[in-house]
Amino acid sequence: MEAAHGHGYGHDEHAHHPSGLMRWVTTTNHKDIGTLYLWFSFSMFIVGGILALMLRAELFQPGLQLWEPHFFNQLTTMHGLIMVFGAIMPAFVGFANWQVPLMIGAPDMAFARMNNWSFWLLPPAAILLVTSFFVPGGATAAGWTLYAPLSTQMGPGMDLAIFALHIMGASSIMGSINIITTILNMRAPGMTLMKMPLFVWTWLITAYLLIAVMPVLAGAVTMVLTDRHFGTTFFNAAGGGDPVMFQHIFWFFGHPEVYIMILPAFGIVSQIVPAFARKPLFGYSSMVYATSSIAILSFIVWAHHMFTVGMPAASQLFFMYATMLIAVPTGVKVFNWIATMWKGSMTFETPMLFACGFIFVFSMGGFTGLVLAITPIDIQLQDTYYVVAHFHYVLVAGSLFAIFGGVYYWLPKWTGHMYNETLGKVHFWLTMIFFNVTFFPMHFSGLAGMPRRVPDYALQFADFNMLSTIGAFGFGLSQMLFLYVVVTCIRGGAKAPDKVWEGAQGLEWTVPSPAPYHTFEIPPVVK
Amino acid sequence: MVSNVQANNAMMRKLVIVACGMFGFGFALVPFYNKICEVAGINNVAKADAVTNTQVDSTRLITMEFDTNLRNGLNWTFRPLEKSVRFHPGELVNVSFEVKNNSDRPVTAQAIPSWAPQVAGRHMKKLDCFCFTQQTLQPGEVRRMPLVFVIENSLPDDVHVVTMSYTFFPVEGRNGSAG
Repeated sequence: MEAAHGHGYGHDEHAHHPSGLMRWVTTTNHKDIGTLYLWFSFSMFIVGGILALMLRAELFQPGLQLWEPHFFNQLTTMHGLIMVFGAIMPAFVGFANWQVPLMIGAPDMAFARMNNWSFWLLPPAAILLVTSFFVPGGATAAGWTLYAPLSTQMGPGMDLAIFALHIMGASSIMGSINIITTILNMRAPGMTLMKMPLFVWTWLITAYLLIAVMPVLAGAVTMVLTDRHFGTTFFNAAGGGDPVMFQHIFWFFGHPEVYIMILPAFGIVSQIVPAFARKPLFGYSSMVYATSSIAILSFIVWAHHMFTVGMPAASQLFFMYATMLIAVPTGVKVFNWIATMWKGSMTFETPMLFACGFIFVFSMGGFTGLVLAITPIDIQLQDTYYVVAHFHYVLVAGSLFAIFGGVYYWLPKWTGHMYNETLGKVHFWLTMIFFNVTFFPMHFSGLAGMPRRVPDYALQFADFNMLSTIGAFGFGLSQMLFLYVVVTCIRGGAKAPDKVWEGAQGLEWTVPSPAPYHTFEIPPVVK
Repeated sequence: MVSNVQANNAMMRKLVIVACGMFGFGFALVPFYNKICEVAGINNVAKADAVTNTQVDSTRLITMEFDTNLRNGLNWTFRPLEKSVRFHPGELVNVSFEVKNNSDRPVTAQAIPSWAPQVAGRHMKKLDCFCFTQQTLQPGEVRRMPLVFVIENSLPDDVHVVTMSYTFFPVEGRNGSAG
């Protein structure tokens, strides 16, 4: 890191902080913390991925081969919780830490010490989640949605999950406060709101969503906790409560949460596509308004997750139409990305491959979402593999592909070395192919009626499931290639120029590669 | 730079207040939800209904079967005095259930109704039911409890059998009258 920069950044950064392990424990530097978040996220991605492969191994053939049904339910639950709260969300916070100050010309995050706290809350939460497998009764098996009355009856593993959620929620809220304050108060002179890179915009809106809904989740799991141990009956019908109410409160959090996991992905793709089309982003302001509309609409669609609980037809219609309305701003975004590519001088380096793959496959997930929004169809497809296919198309092909794209896009800036382009492309194609081998057949098994979260299935689903399992193991192994590419890029490789990509725009490309430990101590002026 | 720190702290205070407010909002959803259910008439299984039409349709007969359950280790005996009854739609029906507390301490429990087919629920009007209140039984106590209801004429023609199921849940903690 030391030798690589000579553009007026030559002072000794290492004088300011301890070395070795304590450097990482005590760091308040946004780049260090971003790196920590990204590595934490990757390790959780591996843990959640191993759980997924354990699920797929059981589902390779009909019948019960490997796991007891109860343990299978623990696996589905923990796979969901770890991937959502441990892998996807921290990865985006890692991007925000690295990139937001660099992109708006700020020297660091607004609250550097709180930033350190936000990160270091996560490993204890992860330890709570993982160790809950080993307490009596095992980990919570209530599904990642923790529906009452299942969640009010589970063993102590449920309590550990609740505490983990509390801790991760606190971490997210602190991180969001930091991000909002940094973006609103610390932009370089001349960087007006409507000049901010779209990644910064999407994170600003995401951070507001987090502050609005993470406390609601904390409230919901607190109610579960008091129902379990302190004699309240929020969700216990016998005491005047209602388990359906848990679903309402959970999804009031849960639906904005879905957008928390996709809006930063939109932001990353909106950075990558213009860079490799060598054209400015088409319809910048409409992108900002579309992002805001998606965020606002996310608060009034939650009940489409629970059409089957029994609600008046008028409510079902309202939630159905409101849900379909979201397709409009989302369509604006997809249109704008394609219009950005139109007549551009496109090249297809790995980040662009992932961005194009994102647009293609995410749109398929969006369309299956529209199918599921139609109430009568949803009542048929509720809790089938069609739903599993839908949300993996938007979460894996959406969020995760954008994360991969973002890593390849900014990795040369972070490490100062170019990654191995050939291996990056191989990683993309393996990921893309195995992703579809895994999840595309789930559409068919779901339409044919295969229920989710069940370890056994009827013989008619055997072929589709075998295919899905083969795809899943291929997908998992492909990610080892990603780890290899990243590690070799950190260790060495061709020297990256300051402006790594010919068409890239933004302040982060004006600092040397690798980005020095301290940047923009004198704010740049944006014209 | 000092002004920047002050501005940042002011911003943090505002955002912390919003976060705390939203935590409270999560809990405020509970009375809000109950109010909506009350206004919309959803979920009022534990309240007496007003019967508007008691016209008896003597051309058809409905069979109602009773199912009784106990949950969460409740040491009671719970049975209907008649396993099933046959009646005409619109007729006032009066049946009884019996519970006995087999444990050696007073226990409070609440019965929760369920029924099949779903469509019957809309046409079933209860005038009196043991499920409207919590039942507290002393050790060894036996109690006969009424269920008085009308199934209205509006019940679709293709429904001939309705199953009513009651499940007693023990009520513990501050919401139960027996601690």
